[in-house]
Amino acid sequence: MATIEFSKVTRVFKRDGKDFLILDGINLTVQDQEFVAIVGPSGCGKTTCMRMAAGLDFPSGGTVKVNNTVVTEPGPDRAVVFQQFALFPWKSVHENIDFGLRSKGVSKEEREKLIAHYIELMNLKGYESAYPHQLSGGMQQRVAIARAYALNPQVLLMDEPFGALDAQTRVVMQEELVKLARKNPRTVLFITHAVEEAVYLADRVVVMTSRPGTIKEILDVKSVREAEQWDHHSRIEDVMDLESFVHLRTRIWKSLREEHAGTDH
Amino acid sequence: MNDQLTRQQFWRLTAIGTVSFFAFWYLARALHFAPPQFLPMPHEVVMKLVDLLYNPFAGHVLSEHMLASLTRFGMGFGLAALIGIPLGLAMGWFRLLDDIVTPLFDGLRFIAPVAWVPFAALWFGTGVGGPTLIIFAGAFPPCLINAYRGARNVDVRFLEAASMLGVGNLRTITEVLFPAAVPSIIAGLRIGAGLGWMSLVGAELIVASSGMGNLIVRAQSAIATDTVMAGMIAIGMVGVVIDVLIRRLERWLLKHRNA
Repeated sequence: MATIEFSKVTRVFKRDGKDFLILDGINLTVQDQEFVAIVGPSGCGKTTCMRMAAGLDFPSGGTVKVNNTVVTEPGPDRAVVFQQFALFPWKSVHENIDFGLRSKGVSKEEREKLIAHYIELMNLKGYESAYPHQLSGGMQQRVAIARAYALNPQVLLMDEPFGALDAQTRVVMQEELVKLARKNPRTVLFITHAVEEAVYLADRVVVMTSRPGTIKEILDVKSVREAEQWDHHSRIEDVMDLESFVHLRTRIWKSLREEHAGTDH
Repeated sequence: MNDQLTRQQFWRLTAIGTVSFFAFWYLARALHFAPPQFLPMPHEVVMKLVDLLYNPFAGHVLSEHMLASLTRFGMGFGLAALIGIPLGLAMGWFRLLDDIVTPLFDGLRFIAPVAWVPFAALWFGTGVGGPTLIIFAGAFPPCLINAYRGARNVDVRFLEAASMLGVGNLRTITEVLFPAAVPSIIAGLRIGAGLGWMSLVGAELIVASSGMGNLIVRAQSAIATDTVMAGMIAIGMVGVVIDVLIRRLERWLLKHRNA
């Protein structure tokens, strides 16, 4: 059982002696093995939400709990996939995936088995000894995802993981993540500004307002997806053509558009 | 002005610089800038340099003097790197250690290495120990400062990734801070090697009964200016070799990174 629970979370940043309220009264519970995506205008604090669940940032008010325990520090039970991958350039693909495993006290054979499994799963076979700069952006992000999954975390936190990829690669990665997420369900908090991505991947989509970020609405995608049998289509473009998908996407788009109209830029 | 020189232009300019340098040298003699025995000519210096390889001066041939100096240098510089780099990285990681060491270090590092000569001689003698301390005093600050700066400037994403992966302090220092700080550490080693090598000669001028500095000071008292200059040239050439070796080390350490 792994849940993420934000209750009355606020976050204030100080800059030049002035206080900036960036998150205000966030209440959100991500259920065990649920995939929740947060979308919102840039600067709305969605990444900060993820960082607080990771233990890389802390609320100014309210609490963030993972597994009913208040988050105080980062840890391998909450693996993060960063937007900029954050692979270690001086470590090979194999060493990058192994780095976290080595601190878990797993035996050498066990680690090798895990690494081989995720290398296979993420289509990285043959690249074990390559260094990150020798790989394309898509492959680097697959390594980062393999590194996160290999830890067998209860919670997976993804911060615009496909934001730095080109359009074609992003689609491939989204399809792969859906396969992985359905086969290997985890509690996932997924931050993105891409509406289609959120609708395609998530069980629930959280729409945030512009700064100070609050939760505007939460949409249940899972019930629609199951009723309309999206998962029977293996290709993302087939799903995106479905009326039920278009309806949800447009609904969220409109909601976000109101937020953009409300800001000065 | 950042246009790249072509290879040909580069060599042409290098040749112009070198030829003018020697031209002025010979010109100085022609114009009686100094008495001939105070201003040896380039070819005399080169001949002396070759001569020193075979005929002992101050009890040793040139290679023996050089070896004595290099041994002291190796010990002093090695010690400086061995202590300075880990300490600098640890100071970059543990705030408490930073606060303890930095004030003391900031006070000590402005003392010229040669100022340690009296104590170096009294505490460690004039053989290997004394000069080693002086080289250490010269090479240590850049080794420490650059490792420290390198550790402090590590991209925070790498530190966040390491903490998210549950990696502990020791492995964060050795497997994240150290590799990330390599370019800065190497720059520190190059400065440290230069300062150490220069302090060495200074130290040997005063203490020590062998080595390149000793050779120069003995030649000076014998008014053997060609020997003094031959010694200076040998010191300069070995200094360049040390620098090239450290840059090789850097290339080796960074061979897996993108340019």
